[in-house]
Amino acid sequence: MQYKSQAVAMPYFIAAIGLFVGQIIFGLIMGMQYVVGDFLFPEIPFNVARMVHTNLLIVWLLFGFMGAAYYMIPEEAETELYSPKLALAMFWIFLVAGAATILGYLLVPYATLAEMTGNDILATMGREFLEQPLITKIGIVIVALAFLFNITMTTLKGRKTAISMVLLLGLWGLAIFFLFSFYNPVNLVRDKFYWWWVVHLWVEGVWELILGALLAFVLIKVTGVDREVIEKWLYVIITLALVTGIIGTGHHYYWIGAPEYWQWWGSIFSALEPLPFFAMTVFAFNMVNRRRREHPNRAAVLWALGTGVMAFLGAGVWGFLHTLAPVNYYTHGSQITAAHGHMAFYGAYVMVVLTIISYAMPILRGRAANSNKSQVLEMWAFWLMTIAMVFITLFLTAAGILQVWLQRVSDSPMSFMAAQDQVTLFYWMREWAGVMFFVGLVVYVISFFVKGETQPAKA
Amino acid sequence: MSGIFTKSMARNIFYGGTVFFFLLFLALTFDTERELPSRDNSHNITPEVAAGKHIWETRNCIGCHSLLGEGAYFAPELGNVYVRRGPEFIKAWMQSMPTMAPGRRQMPNFNLTDEELDELVAFLKYTSEINTANWPPNIEG
Repeated sequence: MQYKSQAVAMPYFIAAIGLFVGQIIFGLIMGMQYVVGDFLFPEIPFNVARMVHTNLLIVWLLFGFMGAAYYMIPEEAETELYSPKLALAMFWIFLVAGAATILGYLLVPYATLAEMTGNDILATMGREFLEQPLITKIGIVIVALAFLFNITMTTLKGRKTAISMVLLLGLWGLAIFFLFSFYNPVNLVRDKFYWWWVVHLWVEGVWELILGALLAFVLIKVTGVDREVIEKWLYVIITLALVTGIIGTGHHYYWIGAPEYWQWWGSIFSALEPLPFFAMTVFAFNMVNRRRREHPNRAAVLWALGTGVMAFLGAGVWGFLHTLAPVNYYTHGSQITAAHGHMAFYGAYVMVVLTIISYAMPILRGRAANSNKSQVLEMWAFWLMTIAMVFITLFLTAAGILQVWLQRVSDSPMSFMAAQDQVTLFYWMREWAGVMFFVGLVVYVISFFVKGETQPAKA
Repeated sequence: MSGIFTKSMARNIFYGGTVFFFLLFLALTFDTERELPSRDNSHNITPEVAAGKHIWETRNCIGCHSLLGEGAYFAPELGNVYVRRGPEFIKAWMQSMPTMAPGRRQMPNFNLTDEELDELVAFLKYTSEINTANWPPNIEG
């Protein structure tokens, strides 16, 4: 690596992968509970498994983003990190807080956990994805501020590139919009309305800036294409993302008690939300086709291309599938939503974090790229996980279409549980696809331990 | 993209576009806030409803159920459960959990007191009277 302090990225990446494994194990547990309802009950009720599954996802992606920033910012700013010690301290604080929170979910009844952690002082818990105890939420803010301070100071003392500006903007936005997680009015409509300022303005807003910056950084490195060209693309992509995504928030406001004009605003703007992802795919392939060098890390190139394609499919196509208000009227809160959620998170955020890990980790370990043997294994992991995710999405989509038909469209609608019984077959197939994903993940982890001939990293 | 379209033009469009659409979003939010009282049933929020929402949150109901379509999809929609089942059924249901029927999805027993059950039902009643633009499509949710 070019700057010694980039090394702090390594523990972040390792923690990210470790928590990723945990996330998938709990995903498999939930998938099993969909078909064998009393599986692990009462030890791990579904709601607990789901909290662990989704919270681990968020936490490991945050680890990934922070690791990525610690790796990228010194190189972009052409200077050492402002404070590697602070970065390392924050790593341990975040890891311990995250682990304690997960253990709290698993070991303490949620209501007791809420009482123990100050939820009666300021009630923020028990809302989807924002289940964290108040003290964890405050911890997240402190870690985020220390992290932002660190990378902002680094950028200020060094070179300011478009990539680092976009990355900083995305990360600051992430921290700022998280503050809405502390706002929980009794008025349910208002609660939901601003809940989306965290959830939507993260994943369909500022996170896309982070995604774009990470992808652009890796593409510059592996293709050798001129920075001017890549950064121009980056601006175009994030323009499309925010111009469509901000008002696109409206697609969550159709049925929660907000005014009905959101059906128009939400439908029109969110129908355009696939555009940035389409541009991203074209961008990635274009840059790789115009490459000026053959980077020895072919696995990283594969992840970068895969991110474009899968983000477009998962976030773009599967999002569009149910975003128009007249369609969403029937699909809202069904397995269609779950299908979209899985592929979008995997295609956009999981894959981009794995892209930067794939690129940076060998360099952090002192080589330009992993050995051929290790890369072949990593590429196997890529295909296993990606194809498994395609199947998970297809099976959930099939389940969702059937569910919507039986429960909502039919002249004699079935009850929720009766409809669920009818789609069991698809839930079994989803679980098997989940097992395939887990196998891919195991192969991925193994690829880090496979040795072989490598070239030393330059500088 | 040709040479005429430069990076700084792209950057300016990004900042301009983002600021414009964020301001538009704020304007729509402002208007939403103005209109909410006519739709959100907030005039029926009592201390009992507030206590019910607190119970809803601290038992992590959203971890299995959806409420106005948001949440998990493991168990039935509860935004309209007050209309679908009625207060007595809801209370009796919660008290008889878990069924322990082999192979069936299980709901924990939260050991709520009668007062807490009433509060939870009050919250679900309030929720069912929010104007949701006629969603869900039918009573099954």
